[in-house]
Amino acid sequence: MNFTANKWIAEWLTGLGRVALLAREAFASFFTFKIAWRDLLYQIFFIGVKSQAVVLITGAFTGMVFGWQTYLQFHKVRMDTAMLAVVGVSMCDELGPVLTALMVAGRVGAAIAAEIGTMRVTEQIDALRTLATHPVDFLVVPRLVAAHIALPLLTMESICVGIGAGYFVGVHLLGIDATYLWVNMLKYTHDVDVLIGLTKAFVYGGIIALISCYKGMTCGLGAEGVGRATTEAVVYSSITILITNFFLTILLGTIASLL
Amino acid sequence: MIEARNLRKGFGPQPVLDGVSFRIENGESVAIIGRSGCGKSVLLKHLIGLLQPDNGEVLIDGENIVPMNERQLLRVRRKFGMVFQGSALFDSMTVAENVAFGLRRHEHLTETEIARRVAETLEVVDLPGTENKNPAELSGGMRKRVGLARAIVYEPQIVLYDEPTTGLDPIVSDSIDQLMLRVRDRLKVTTVIVTHDMRTARRVGQRILMMHDKRIYASGAPDEFFASPDPVVRQFIDGVADPKETPF
Repeated sequence: MNFTANKWIAEWLTGLGRVALLAREAFASFFTFKIAWRDLLYQIFFIGVKSQAVVLITGAFTGMVFGWQTYLQFHKVRMDTAMLAVVGVSMCDELGPVLTALMVAGRVGAAIAAEIGTMRVTEQIDALRTLATHPVDFLVVPRLVAAHIALPLLTMESICVGIGAGYFVGVHLLGIDATYLWVNMLKYTHDVDVLIGLTKAFVYGGIIALISCYKGMTCGLGAEGVGRATTEAVVYSSITILITNFFLTILLGTIASLL
Repeated sequence: MIEARNLRKGFGPQPVLDGVSFRIENGESVAIIGRSGCGKSVLLKHLIGLLQPDNGEVLIDGENIVPMNERQLLRVRRKFGMVFQGSALFDSMTVAENVAFGLRRHEHLTETEIARRVAETLEVVDLPGTENKNPAELSGGMRKRVGLARAIVYEPQIVLYDEPTTGLDPIVSDSIDQLMLRVRDRLKVTTVIVTHDMRTARRVGQRILMMHDKRIYASGAPDEFFASPDPVVRQFIDGVADPKETPF
């Protein structure tokens, strides 16, 4: 049991170290080598545009459910018109970035790991290397940069749709006064909340791309290896996002309170 | 010039190469033969730095590539073209994009010039007009040819072939052999072929190296090699299984 635990911890730390090295290599490559704009634009399209449906549906229904639940509690103390303010702050600070990142991790993380994993298994990554191309320059950097750009944009959309959906529930289903609902939302949701959400989304974009690329590039041989890499990319990305969210919330909250 | 000095490589407790040494001169064409799983492909991957040995040196034009990191190796790899056993074509790209890959990454050419070079190279490998096809639409032999076109389009000094005729019918294998000869003679490249196809080794190799028991067991010109009385060499050439060995 002790041996298994030690082995698991050693493997976990090794993996963490390798992801850190991959991040350093990608960072150095971004500032040293010319980025392939065509690849970058395709990745922004794949990660950003193609994820919109899932992100918008998630944002909308989260805003609606959260609005409804908040109303049920706030109605007891006659604070119905503060419902959308709670939805606004929550969507900006937590629900928007975290749920968007989790949905993108599921859709894009799996696709990245499967694509790169298949390239590894079919020797396409070796072929890249023989063509004097560093796999990090060609495979990791465009995906990493695209995820850093796409996640904040998707999060922005999710926040807007979530607040809009909460407004719809409040005004049209619960009959709350539209003006008070909206003014209270604007009063309690500040620019800094939006900034916190976008900063988190930027970080989560990097987490998804790095972990998924790493899992693809180190996947085991054969169909089983690719399958496992795909699953691990989604699971590890999601867990890392949730854990990082706690620390980011404290860090960004502290910084915001100092401003 | 390619030189391997006392190469040793193991995967876990299993040694694959145990003191492999040889030298290949510029413009020479060498076939490395040996039984399946004897480490031929592993050896080939050491020559271009895709694998790092546990011990020993690989010298390319006198420069030891073993201590180099991945970025330093990129410079050395521009001298090489490599054709993979499974072709390893980029399946998200068309034939033209696959062939043009090396040109686009490393040479500052206009799109017109790239298109001209791609068309010329596809002509060399007998695949004119296939520019817009996807790799999935091609047969095994055509994929090998596209792999070869991708490897030679930027006119490397050395071309490595990993099992170029494995899995192909005899007629397609013969056309690939002819193609390798044409590339060798037209581009004056150093050629290293890893194969267990004796016909390919005999036709394309000016010298044959045989791997056995994790090292180079025999070396010689094709005629001399095929006339060898050595029992291990004869067994491989004649394709006779050891009666004590279970083939499945």
